[in-house]
Amino acid sequence: MSPAEQTPFRRFVEEFAENRLAVAGAVMLAAILVIALTAPWIAPQNPYDLAQLDVLDAKLEPGAKLGNGRTALLGTDDQGRDMVAGIFYGLRISLFVGVAATVLALLIGATAGMLAAWLGGRVDGLLMRIADIQLSFPPILIALVLLALLGQGLGKIITALVAVQWAYYARTVRGAALVERRREYIEAAQVLALPPARIVFRHLLPNCMPPLIVIATVQVASAITLEATLSFLGLGLPITEPSLGLLIANGFNFLLSGKYWISFFPGIALLLMIVSINLVGDQLRDVLNPRLKK
Amino acid sequence: MLVFIIRRLLQSVVVLFVMSLLVFAGVYAIGNPIDILISPDATQADRADAIARLGLDKPMYVQYLVFLGQAAAGNLGKSFAFNIPAIELIFERMPATLELAVFAMGLAVVLGLPLGLYAGLKPKSLGGRAIMAGSILGFSLPTFWVGLMLIMVFAVFAGVLPSNGRGPTTLLLGVPVSFLSLDGLKHLLLPGFTLALLNIALIIRLARSGTQEALMMDYIKFARAKGLSNARIVGVHVLKNIMIPIVTVIALQFGSVIAFSVVTETIFAWPGMGKLLIDSINVLDRPVIVAYLLIIVTLFIFVNLVVDLLYSVLDPRVRLTDSGQ
Repeated sequence: MSPAEQTPFRRFVEEFAENRLAVAGAVMLAAILVIALTAPWIAPQNPYDLAQLDVLDAKLEPGAKLGNGRTALLGTDDQGRDMVAGIFYGLRISLFVGVAATVLALLIGATAGMLAAWLGGRVDGLLMRIADIQLSFPPILIALVLLALLGQGLGKIITALVAVQWAYYARTVRGAALVERRREYIEAAQVLALPPARIVFRHLLPNCMPPLIVIATVQVASAITLEATLSFLGLGLPITEPSLGLLIANGFNFLLSGKYWISFFPGIALLLMIVSINLVGDQLRDVLNPRLKK
Repeated sequence: MLVFIIRRLLQSVVVLFVMSLLVFAGVYAIGNPIDILISPDATQADRADAIARLGLDKPMYVQYLVFLGQAAAGNLGKSFAFNIPAIELIFERMPATLELAVFAMGLAVVLGLPLGLYAGLKPKSLGGRAIMAGSILGFSLPTFWVGLMLIMVFAVFAGVLPSNGRGPTTLLLGVPVSFLSLDGLKHLLLPGFTLALLNIALIIRLARSGTQEALMMDYIKFARAKGLSNARIVGVHVLKNIMIPIVTVIALQFGSVIAFSVVTETIFAWPGMGKLLIDSINVLDRPVIVAYLLIIVTLFIFVNLVVDLLYSVLDPRVRLTDSGQ
């Protein structure tokens, strides 16, 4: 390829593709995304439509034949639900919660970090003190406290995850913005008397994005794990919105009688999702970090 | 140093106060404990009597002030469910949680340190690479699921280890512990390993990168030139220098381990304070939730303070300033 054809995006793709494991992760992640997005159309049944379930199919082993002649590849749960369908829908909910929480936390955290870096002084002191105190407690504890206070529900678990995560973004953006704001292009924008909002959002923020993207990828994975853990404890999502964590929790009831598949396969799905996100995140960090460039 | 400690203590008091307010307000807002604690068949008089006995008829700020006043005196209210003081209930369950946490931390060091050292000494070898791959998996595995799978393999299929409970306890200095009997130790093994998993991975990484860095230092070359045995170089000179970050992480992680024991205890029905919290949340046993949260926050503030101080003692390069930066 001639250098003229090189665009920043193409260069990024090429550098990303240097690590084969990361490419495998990206492919796996893409497959999971497709499954999650198209679950209602590709799943063998709607696992939460009671009319499609048959109690006679309950707790069948992987590979067993269902009453309607279809084969349940990964077995069925106590309601006669095909685990494949349950996992597809579960991926959808887990991924939605993880992404929604991360996007919201990113917006709130990035704004707080920007404000802290731009205004400095007391605002900076106050915001960073709150972030410091919060970061000194483990995420699971903060989420537990919040959910104990808020109760169950989709909106509530997203709130709890956002509350846990905003501080990471705030710290990262503040750090990056403090370095960037001393650069000449910011000075130039100020000399041009551009409105501060424009300088912050059009000039400063885009230049603080790379570390944010990296953290956001890793945080999606930890948000998904945290949601699964909380749902497992019965503090996360209600049973009407069964994420992978709830599927695993449900399977736990039958584990001691040797019916492993009800919690084993959702766990594998969760693991694959987290590993693929982490692989992609690791490589993104290497590609986007200018200090590691040769 | 003194200024630093005083600042940190003051900050801790503020955090504790804010937490008490948040927790109390939030717990008050969850729902109406009257509906849960008093049977629907109770007569009107019984209801009124129970409400008055639990203090639920007073306005919220009065309940908070009463609670605050009593909290200062070490009385955090009586558990609705058990009808004994909440704080007593938590202290009764605390040894089980602490034993599990200490055991998990010990397991993490015993397993993580040698594996990390080996991976650092022979990074290119098959074993070294396998250890690193394993540690990446350790970070990605959802811990609660690992617990379930351990139950499946060791308790259900192999049938060699118990899947729940604490087993028989023996008194050690007046505190009931499990690890002194073989059966108790068996009960500790699965929950302990589940809780240790993340820290094993963490210690492997720290030990590996520390070892690799230390091996490049002049004092190691000098030690080799002096003709010291490999065992002495690794066991004394390398190990001593990689211990600083590891000790810090162990101390820092101890708090997380206690927090995460909520999950482990629920899976393995380990009768500690984490399981107590989940049970209390399920029946809206307010005093116990509040007491647990305040105790765990206090514990955390204490652990963080100790870590900061420990850090400055272990590594003279870290100087504590009074600016708190």
